[in-house]
Amino acid sequence: MPNFITSYFGSTLTPGAAGNQFWALVYVFVIFTGVSVAVMAMNWLERKALAHFQIRLGPMRVGPHGLLQPIADAIKLALKEDIIPAEADQFIFWVAPLIGLLAAFTVYTVIPFGPSEAVSDMNIGILFMLGVSSIGVLGIVVAGWASNSHYPLIGALRSSAQMVSYEVAMGLAVVSAVLMTSMNEKGTGTLSMIGIVQAQQQQGIWFIFKFFPLGFIAFAIFAIAMIAETNRAPFDMAEAESELTAGYHTEYSGLRWSLFMLAEYAAMIAVSSIAITVWLGGWMRPFPNLLRAPAWDFIFSLFPGLTFAGLAAIAAIGTVRMPSHSFFKIQRIGLAGFAAVLGLISFLLLVLAVAGRSPDASVAARFNAAIGYVYWFVLKIAVFMYLFIWYRATWPRYRFDQLMRVGWKVLLPISLAVLILTAIVGVLVS
Amino acid sequence: MNPVIHSVAPMTMMGPGMAPVATPFFFYMLAGLAIAGGVLVIVLRNAVHSALSLIVTLLAVTGLYLMLYAPFVAAVQIFVYAGGIMLLFLFVIMLVNIDRAAKDRRFNRIWPIGLAAGCGLFALFVSAFVKGRALFPDRMMAMSESSNTQQIADLLYGNVDRMGQYRMGPYTFAFEIASLLLLVAILGAVIMTKKKI
Repeated sequence: MPNFITSYFGSTLTPGAAGNQFWALVYVFVIFTGVSVAVMAMNWLERKALAHFQIRLGPMRVGPHGLLQPIADAIKLALKEDIIPAEADQFIFWVAPLIGLLAAFTVYTVIPFGPSEAVSDMNIGILFMLGVSSIGVLGIVVAGWASNSHYPLIGALRSSAQMVSYEVAMGLAVVSAVLMTSMNEKGTGTLSMIGIVQAQQQQGIWFIFKFFPLGFIAFAIFAIAMIAETNRAPFDMAEAESELTAGYHTEYSGLRWSLFMLAEYAAMIAVSSIAITVWLGGWMRPFPNLLRAPAWDFIFSLFPGLTFAGLAAIAAIGTVRMPSHSFFKIQRIGLAGFAAVLGLISFLLLVLAVAGRSPDASVAARFNAAIGYVYWFVLKIAVFMYLFIWYRATWPRYRFDQLMRVGWKVLLPISLAVLILTAIVGVLVS
Repeated sequence: MNPVIHSVAPMTMMGPGMAPVATPFFFYMLAGLAIAGGVLVIVLRNAVHSALSLIVTLLAVTGLYLMLYAPFVAAVQIFVYAGGIMLLFLFVIMLVNIDRAAKDRRFNRIWPIGLAAGCGLFALFVSAFVKGRALFPDRMMAMSESSNTQQIADLLYGNVDRMGQYRMGPYTFAFEIASLLLLVAILGAVIMTKKKI
């Protein structure tokens, strides 16, 4: 194999830090594909979960339990007529979804799925993430303006006001966590995403529990602000369908509209991973310092395989419970095949966990560790994604003045107080 | 306390790839984008189009900051200018009536003054370019594609730390004065907008 491929093997650095463009590109493709698939899965899960919250069934027709519904939706959206309103600003109307999409995906450069499982590590990582995701709002604002229609414009105005307000509280909450990273002998913190997780590793505590309840309050502020930042219910004022039909994307249709949706969900995953990196220990498994024996390492490394085994079991049960009518024959075969694939993945992961259980530098052990990092990170993201759906199903939409009041008069003072208290406690402790 | 885990990016971690690649190409591309965006800001009739061109300029300048090994300044540029301030610009532009503004004459009577100021600035730049070596001490190392990656890594990864230390150390007073300026501006805005306080 050429040197540019093999030279990265055994490296404990991200491809960006090691300067290996080939593997950086591979990581970019893997992350892009993974996020796109995750968005499709999220689309299905959201429709299903929302339906069950409201005692409905949700999509049931396309594939078993509507599993193929996202694919059908994607085909439908790609084939739909692409309408640009006659009075719209053509160029900006065209470019607006791309701005949102680019910003949402650029952020993934620095998300650390593991100590070396990121495209690159930047010393300004967290600032880069917050900054670039704030550019995504421009896409929404510009889309609302370019549509040259009243509802989108109101949606865009609301969105820009909301973003500016919540970004402040969000930033201050992150700063209080960055202060916590400086609790070391050197006395300087870090803004690097990988560095923040390593600081938690070194201090032996997730920042959500640090200086209790200060870390927890900062996390709660971020968790509220990130819903507002991604325009999700209950803060989805920009697309409040009962008031503005669909808000900023009222005039969009077909593929362009789906780009907005892709950007929105990608941004949701991105902000969740900021919260996970900064407060929830990033790629670390639960209790890495309390249960640190190699036996515990082995037990926790079984989790990815067992998760897939559980999914395979659910699919198998679905196959068995499928009605025995001949109409469901193809669906049944498909679901059985899906169960078999999941079972195979589970088997391979379990074999890998057993083969790589000794903490040496063998390829299996390395690979096993990498899978563990990515698994715990993705599991935490999945929890956040479910919370997003849960919020949407549970809470009614805020009124705009209430939204502004919460942002400026509640979250901002609390986050400032938390910042100052964190600094004081940090100085007293060290 | 394990110092090995802590130090985020020890300088030994930098591989050969940290050396800048295709520097002239990126410089000319970014500089060209910045200038084109700047020209479009004043040439375009529609205020929203101008604002978008300004964003292009700001982002291109961000890239130039990155090339100058100032990642923190670049991040702040994105965060504050391209993200926050331009969003407020757009917000205001959408609220005011731009139909009338589009019909106004764009180049008004004070253009000779503007021209003189522009020429003065250009002359300053030219003189700085010509006599740069004499004006500014040659302390910074010359960075090229073949230069020492260790020094580059040191610069890159030490940037934020050093910035914070300087700001809390020798430049505290200047920093606080600058923040006082912002405070005055905020107070002025509040007094001008609120009828009764």
